[in-house]
Formats: sequence, structure tokens, C-alpha cells
Amino acid sequence: MSNKILDAKVPEGVLETKWTKYRSTVPLVNPSNKRNIEIIVVGSGLAGSSAAATLAELGYKVKVFCFQDSPRRAHSIAAQGGINAAKNYQNDGDSTYRLFYDTIKGGDYRAREGNVYRLAEVSTYIIDQCVAQGVPFAREYGGLLSNRSFGGTQVQRTFYAAGQTGQQLLLGAYSALERQVGMGTVKMHARHEMLDVVNIDGKCRGIIARDLVTGKLERHFGHAVLLCTGGYGNVFFLSTNAMGSNVTAAWKAHKKGAFFGNPCYTQIHPTCIPVSGDHQSKLTLMSESLRNDGRIWVPIKQNDTRKPTDIPENERDYYLERRYPAFGNLVPRDVASRAAKERCDAGYGVGASKMAVYLDFSFNMDRYGKVEATKRGLVDPDAKTIRELGKEVVKEKYGNLFDMYKQITGEDPYEIPMRIYPAVHYTMGGLWVDYNLMTTVPGLYALGEANFSDHGANRLGASALMQGLADGYFVLPYTIGSYLSNEIRTQSISTDHEAFVEAEKAVKERLEKILSIKGSKTVDYFHKRLGKIMWDKCGMARDKEGLEWAIKEIQSIQREFWSDVRVLGDANEFNPELEKAGRVADFLELGELMCVDALNRNESCGGHFRTEYQTEDGEALRDDENFAFVSAWEYKDANQFELHKEELHYENIKIAQRSYK
Amino acid sequence: MSEGTMSLTLKVWRQKNSTSKGEFKTYPVSGISSDMSFLEMFDVLNEELITKGEESIAFDHDCREGICGMCSMYINGRPHGPKNAITTCQLHMRSFKDGDTITVEPWRASAFPIVKDLAVNRSAFDRIIASGGYVSVNTGNAKDANDILIPKEDADEAFSAAACIGCGACVAACKNASAMLFVSAKVSQLALLPQGKVESQKRVENMVAQMDVEGFGACTNTGACSAECPKGISLEHIARLNREYFSAKLTSNNV
Repeated sequence: MSNKILDAKVPEGVLETKWTKYRSTVPLVNPSNKRNIEIIVVGSGLAGSSAAATLAELGYKVKVFCFQDSPRRAHSIAAQGGINAAKNYQNDGDSTYRLFYDTIKGGDYRAREGNVYRLAEVSTYIIDQCVAQGVPFAREYGGLLSNRSFGGTQVQRTFYAAGQTGQQLLLGAYSALERQVGMGTVKMHARHEMLDVVNIDGKCRGIIARDLVTGKLERHFGHAVLLCTGGYGNVFFLSTNAMGSNVTAAWKAHKKGAFFGNPCYTQIHPTCIPVSGDHQSKLTLMSESLRNDGRIWVPIKQNDTRKPTDIPENERDYYLERRYPAFGNLVPRDVASRAAKERCDAGYGVGASKMAVYLDFSFNMDRYGKVEATKRGLVDPDAKTIRELGKEVVKEKYGNLFDMYKQITGEDPYEIPMRIYPAVHYTMGGLWVDYNLMTTVPGLYALGEANFSDHGANRLGASALMQGLADGYFVLPYTIGSYLSNEIRTQSISTDHEAFVEAEKAVKERLEKILSIKGSKTVDYFHKRLGKIMWDKCGMARDKEGLEWAIKEIQSIQREFWSDVRVLGDANEFNPELEKAGRVADFLELGELMCVDALNRNESCGGHFRTEYQTEDGEALRDDENFAFVSAWEYKDANQFELHKEELHYENIKIAQRSYK
Repeated sequence: MSEGTMSLTLKVWRQKNSTSKGEFKTYPVSGISSDMSFLEMFDVLNEELITKGEESIAFDHDCREGICGMCSMYINGRPHGPKNAITTCQLHMRSFKDGDTITVEPWRASAFPIVKDLAVNRSAFDRIIASGGYVSVNTGNAKDANDILIPKEDADEAFSAAACIGCGACVAACKNASAMLFVSAKVSQLALLPQGKVESQKRVENMVAQMDVEGFGACTNTGACSAECPKGISLEHIARLNREYFSAKLTSNNV
């Protein structure tokens, strides 16, 4: 492996003014030239919709592609808890610097300082923009915006709309996008899937997309292409991602020259509804915001089969409060997930599978109930009245989440504690991008979860929505000028160009190949096998031996897939199985790279926990001397990846062993 | 974890594409666990069909947590099935009994042409939003978020309208295939908020006009839409739309 050093192009100068200065000096494209420049946006989630709407407002010609039947369905819609912003509305000591610091520390010192500071800086504009669009954030009685806390922070900086924050933010961005569609500045292509990028003379110049209804392959030219295609958590088969979430667009870009950054950094979210059986198709998250009012515990005795409500207070182990008194139930996600796994592996798990812990609201329901009783002037209310009053408060805050839990499990969380267990939720890794959000292919950008940029080795809660919208509304529309200002003389390239013809031919052949195998196993069969390997060997705990085994095993599944998969129907029609097959084929290649990356990183950091590298009390043990870099992998050939490094320099934060005790 | 013990008979609408003729086909399924979701039961059936060499049943679905609005099955004569206030993906097999026969159809409305089997084209909804379902504010134009004070009651009411997931169950439930509940949810949300007031007249006129162009039917205030809505969007929003619409018609020259 070579060790070429990558240049992130972070502007020089002091941290606090890098972005302001850069924004004011980055080359611009004048309005009359913008009208002639075409930009392709793939994906219509928070990053894609916000970027597309903003670029169209600026005057560019924009085309947007999404595989769902409407851009409003992108998986950003499922984000529950909230969005962070350093507004300091609560006067509790928040600031741009503190959000920056929390994010770097939360990411276990593996994120780029310049990017993260910029993210913290623009966070406040996002809230302003969303409110102006009519996003109905939660409010206090005085009419001001309300906030709550998320993990890894000690301030209340999270803005929310009940448990549907992602939905409301996405509908805001979607309405801005549809406004541009109505004005004719954005051309929307729903039910289309990008199946390759087209490079000409070393620059990205377009895409090949498949119309999923007719099966027709289309060629689209763009002066620049933005991939806003989300994360790849579905490589694990079971995750909280939507069924259609996939790595295909990013992976095609990777195979055409875009380096893949930190593929092994995966976020396992601590509070999800446990797996109930082999039929399970996906997992459901219970928002981190619940940890504001829910206390996590397991019985103090192993294999305790009593009902949770029958276990007395002194026989419960509130293990997060015990191990991490400073942050308690609000430690970051990676820490909370590992702690749950530790308790379950040690035999203290609950429920039928014993792979779950309790998330209990009774304590805070009673606390709220007493406050309500006082407000209403009730003297000596009985326990039942207090609980009823408290229930109302909790219902107001998390009602839809409690309903969802009850619908899925058949149990009422107002009466007995929720059972929860960690599940794959988010991928910090993604296409490597520089400060401009450009990949290693000129003209090809990656935004939102699809890039690797801001969260290091672990993302803090309520920061994904922030990053997606920051990239789309406030970062890319400026930084793209540094590239497009040199492209104003580039005429639209005809899609009859041989690069388009060849790319389309390769896509067509691949689809025909999949259909021609006519093997004996379904696509899901392969996906489930891959998922199990990834979860067992590249999930919450990893080790050298397991990863080496996983790489070999995944390679053998790849061979089996291409000789024995069965996909029926044909390529010239609506064929969801064919779509799925293409995505799983890409996951099979990505899964291998994730294991290669995890094997290469001989340290533990954030979501990447190598059991060989841990402190005496089981915390992640970083190796800053040898691994303070971003791994950026170049695709060389099938099963061959070359490592490049971006060194991480901390000039403003003292790098330290992360502690939440 | 319960064992998969239920056996069911499914009558499913199969239709190759928008121009071909469709028909019901009957499929027995067994080994169904009561913990499965309705869509997971379809996953099981589809795996069996593929193994037998038959093409799987196409249906729309994505988030499987009741929020994306993509799933759209008309089950035993009701959009999203027998339970109230949930989407198809949140429906679990414990809501059915061993031996049941279940009929599954796509949304039926001329404004929602069938794509294949149970999947329909709902892009008419996007065009309605594009006709006015927004606040005209470019990125960067906003003032500080707390400069706009909004009474909590108004914010909550706007939120209850904004909770619409655009699934189209309201249209599927309506005997006239009217889209009034969907349109009213957006009109109502933005009419309740100061940010949306400026354009409220033009918005309601344009959105109603677009709804008519798309071929949705008229509203007769029957209320099936709200009763079947997975998010419980209230009929009050239709009343608010009507107030907005009539006052706009009386005073504006927009449309």
C-alpha cells in the first residue's frame, strides 16, 4: 500500500475566520453564466433537496433524481429527535466553539477541524431558514422556540418537532424544491436510479440513470454532479435505514475514481426496538431524545426473569449512571451501545432473547407529575394521580414514539419499560471530500451522509440533520463556485459522446448479466448472509482474526452471487427485484472494503471498536501517534483497494482520551 | 418471540403495467408469525414466489416505520388495513386470525394510475405542492428564528396539519377520490403561521386549481379521508381550507 498524502484544501488562517474569509473570496459565477450551467443532483433528502433548491434559486439549471416515487420520501424523513444549532437560546453556555468542540470530541478526534467549525458556524442559519419556510418547530407558551438535550452534550441546543423533526425539515426542503420545480428551474426525475457516473477528460460530466418504471436507460449531462445519496447502513441487512437506502451511487463513483473515506466508521444506535424473529426486514429506532427522560437499566442479578415492574429499585443497575456520572444516560451513542452490549454479553440482558435492556420512564413520569400537581394546586395527590399527570407530559413530548413502540411490540411503554438494543443506524464513512465537498474526481461532489466529512468516528445525536442541511443550503452553493467559475466556457456536452455511450453499454450489460444467471437463490438470501457477517465481525466489536475471516467469506459470497442469484422478470419494466439485486451486488463489494478498513485501523475510536485495543475499563483506546488520519481508499480493481491518507491536525483542540465520566 | 403458525389466503391484485388489464390472484401463505408486519408477510410470499419461478408482487414501501408515506395497500376494503391511524408497514399480523382471507388492492383513483401490481403513481401530489405549497423564501433571506413569535397553540395546530405523509390514503378512501384532506393539510399549516400568511390567498387558489386539473374528485364532507388517515389529519383543516378559499375568491384577482 502506498501512503500518498491527500490535501483537504482547508483555507489557511485562524479557525474562527476561515469560512467567513473563504466565503468572501471564493470565485463566483455571474448570473448570466449560471443560466448556462447544468447541475445534476442525485438524491432528494435533506442534502439533495436543500442543495437543489438553493442552486436553482441562484440561477443554475438543475436536474434532480430520486428512486422513490416522490422526493418527499427520502429517508431523512424518518429522523426523529432533532437538529442541533448553536443558538444559545437557553442561555446555558452554548456557542459556536462549544458545538465545534463537542462534535470533535464526540467523533473521538477523527474529524477535520476546519469542516466542523464551519458546520457549527452555519448551524444557526439553518434554524432561521427552516422557520422562515414554515417548519413547525416545538414552541414554548411565550411563542419562542423550545430546545432539548441530546447525547454527548451538556447544553440544550436541539430544536425539534415532536418526534418527527426529520419529516418537518425534509418537507421544508421539499417545498423549496417543488417551488423551483413549479418555476421550471429544477427538472425532477422521480423513480429514477443513478447507475453510473460519466467522466470525460478527468472530470465528472454526467450520469447514467434508469427509469425504474419503463426500465429505459437515460444519459444526462451536467457541468457538475452532486451525490446526496445517504448512507450505507443497509450493508448489514438489518438497520434502521429505509429498505431502499443503498450505496450504489457512491459505489459507482468510487469505482470511477472517487476515494472512499473511513468506510469502517459505523454508528450503532443504542436505543432501537430489539429483533423479534428471523422474518425481520428492518429495525426501528426509538429516538435518542427519549434518553432525556428515560433511564436505562438491567437487573442486578443475571437471568432475572421477573417482570420489570416487580424488580425493586435496589435490585436495578442503572449502568450508564453508574459508569458515567457526568453524562449519565446522555453519553454518546457509541459509548451507550457498547455498554448495553457489555451488560447483555455478561448475562444481564432482559426479554425473551436476553439481548435487550430497559428504557424506563416511570421515574420521570412521577417527577413531571409532581410538578404538574403543584402547578394545579393539588394538595397531597396520590401516586396514581401523579402518574396520570406525568403521563400526559411524557405523551406531549414523545407520544408518537410511544405509539410506534406499542404498535410494533404489542407492549404499552407507559405501563412497562421499553426494551431496547443497539442497531445499525448511520455511517460516518462515505466518499472522501475536500473542504469544498468535492470528491477526488473534479466536478463530482458528495453531500450529507454520503460524504465522510464532519463526524469523525462517531456522530452525535441531532447532528445528521444539521450536516445535511448545512451542506445543501449554506456550504456547497458557495464552494461549488471555485470549480464552476472555471467551467463557464464549457458548452453542454452531447450525450452521444463516446464516454456516455460506453457507460450506458456497461450498465446495460450488467443488468442483463444479473438477469441471465437464473440461479437458485434469491437476492435477500445473499443480503442476509452478508448482513450477518458484517454484524458479527464488523459490528460493535471487531478483531483481526474475525475481519480476516470475513473478507474471505464475503469474497466467496460475491462469487456465489454472480453465479447463483435468481432474478426474474426483465430489464424493460418496473422490476424491484432487479433494483435490489444491483444494490446488493454493490453492498457485497463495499462490505469487503469496510472489513479491509477496519482491519487496517489498529486502534479503537468512536464506532470502530477493535477488541485488541481497549483501556482497562473497556473504553476505546486510540492510537494518535499512528492513526490520526483519514483513510481514503482508492479502487484499483476487483478486491483491490489502495490506501491514501489525510493527516488530521488539531491546532485548536487539545487531543485527549475521551471521557464522559 | 412467537412461532410462525398462521396460515392465510391472500387475494392480490396483479397488473403488469399501467396499460394492461389487471386481475386478482389467490395465494396461500403459511408459517406467518403474529409479530411480523404486513409487509414482512409480503416479503415471505415474494421469496416463495421467486423460489417457485413466479414474478414477485410489486408494492411500494421504504422506511417501514410509518413516516415516508410510500406504502399504499388497500386491505380488505380499507386503505392501510383494519387498524386506525397507522400505515400498512405498521400493521402487524397480530391484527389477523389464522385462516383469514385477505384482499389486497392498490389505491384506486384515476389521478393515481397503477404502475404495476400494488404500486401507483402519486406524482399528482407533487404537482399540487409545486403549484403553491410553500413559503416563497430563498435560502439566506431569513431573519433570526426567534424574531417570529408564534403562539404555541398555532404552532401545535400547524404541526398537526404538517404531519401529513402524502400517502394518498385519503384519496383511496374517498368515494369521489378527492384530494381535499391532503391539500387542506398544507393550506392549513401555512395559513396558521405568520410566515405563510403573505401568500395565503394565492396559495389556496392555485393549489385547489391544480387539484382539479389533476382529476381528483369533489369533496362532499363525508369524512372517510380523515377516518382512514394514518396520521389522523382532522377534517377541521378542510373547513379551514374552505374558509381560506372562499375569502380568497371574494377578494382576490389571482386565479
